[in-house]
Amino acid sequence: MPEPLYQIRGLTKRYGSRTVLEDLDFDLQRGECLVIIGRSGSGKSVTLRQLNGLEKPDAGTVIFDGIDLTQLEERELFPIRRRLAMLFQSGALFDSMNVFDNVAFPLREHTKKPQKEIAETVRHKLSLVNLKDKDVERKMPADLSGGMRKRVALARSLALDPEVVLFDEPTTGLDPITSATIGHLINSIQKELGVTAVVVTHDIPLARRVGDRLAFLHQGRFLFFGDWAEADRSTEAELTGFLAGREEDEDAA
Amino acid sequence: MKKFWQAAQQTGELAFLTGRAFVAMISPPYEIGLWVRQMEQIGVRSLGVASITTIFTGMVMALQTALSLPSLGIKYYIGAVVSKSLVRELGPVLTALIVGGRIGSGMTAEIGTMKVTEQIDALRSMAADPVKKLVAPKLAATLFMLPALTLIGDALGILGGLVIAVTTLDLPAGLYLNDVFEALTLGDVASGVGKSFFFAYFIAIVGCYNGLTTRGGADGVGRATTNTVVLASILVLVSDFFLTKLFYLLA
Repeated sequence: MPEPLYQIRGLTKRYGSRTVLEDLDFDLQRGECLVIIGRSGSGKSVTLRQLNGLEKPDAGTVIFDGIDLTQLEERELFPIRRRLAMLFQSGALFDSMNVFDNVAFPLREHTKKPQKEIAETVRHKLSLVNLKDKDVERKMPADLSGGMRKRVALARSLALDPEVVLFDEPTTGLDPITSATIGHLINSIQKELGVTAVVVTHDIPLARRVGDRLAFLHQGRFLFFGDWAEADRSTEAELTGFLAGREEDEDAA
Repeated sequence: MKKFWQAAQQTGELAFLTGRAFVAMISPPYEIGLWVRQMEQIGVRSLGVASITTIFTGMVMALQTALSLPSLGIKYYIGAVVSKSLVRELGPVLTALIVGGRIGSGMTAEIGTMKVTEQIDALRSMAADPVKKLVAPKLAATLFMLPALTLIGDALGILGGLVIAVTTLDLPAGLYLNDVFEALTLGDVASGVGKSFFFAYFIAIVGCYNGLTTRGGADGVGRATTNTVVLASILVLVSDFFLTKLFYLLA
């Protein structure tokens, strides 16, 4: 087996006296898609934020491509963050910039490309998320629907051709059809561009669609870690309840 | 006791942010575009409110002084009274209070909203430094623009006094202006402008710090914004006393 891209050991995070993550160990292979599921407040997003150093753990190591991120200062993390992208729950587009400038932001920040080349890259990235309409480029984030905002944010996160994309609840707040579109986009981006993906979600259909492996986080620990075939055979009550419960909810909806 | 430690911690964080902001200001690449945009936002758009504040203050000063102390023949010293008090004290302080309330709360609201909608995290995740992108341009623009607004305000306030002197007190314009130029020294101007540099620093750093530490959605942004106005105003008023002492010692 090749060297894993990420090696996480003993990851522990506390907020005050509350332990949010307790002694997590896991590896991430290049090109795979790991889905982390769990109830709200189970520590999913916190786990994700350790992977690009947005938050520091209280104990443990996060080794990315041989570098321990937990030992780095904010400035030293910058070269690494250029290789990682994160899609935020709300999209987190810059309100003060239109769609074009948002997608161009990482390019202007980190490359010396001329304007024309930047424009080409921006259009290419927007077309990857099925936004080819020229009108969209001039729109401000406030004028976009939730699904569009997510897609623009995804285009922005792809601007620098990242090796890893971290997805924080990519379908929360979207209707089922838009959710399916986002799931499809994650799939195609991941397979076609060969990026490694970590998806945090409680959307089970999405998890099934995109996940190569599944991690079930419960009260700061992994109750399950494996592929879908194993997950479906699992007798872990919390996991089967979560998978079934969510599906029943979806059916009812 | 807990409050005390909180205050101590915040003071430390403010000092730390100050250091980072000044380093970001002087180290390349220079974000000239962002700086100019902030100067326009902070300086040019505050010109109206700053002018009105000092013009009317100058007018009231002239009126009050002449009408409340008529027996002393003080109206022949109106120019000196108005200009000295405006340039040394009222100009810098009132401009800092009015303009500071406007721009400080604006900074907190902008940065705070970015914080609660994950835009600050988005900046960091794209390897961009929020201090460099947001704090440094605002601090630089305020440090430059508040003293500039203060100088403009001083001049307009003196003119406001002139209007009252000529129209209400029947004083020749020449006498008033002569009085102004005789009374006013370079030290007065330096003291006033010097103060407004410190006020600018307090306003910008508090505004940015409160923005960056905002939590809890729209409600949190509202609270942080109010806090900025209160804290910045208090810092201006309290530091004014000590700065006044300091500048008299230096003179």
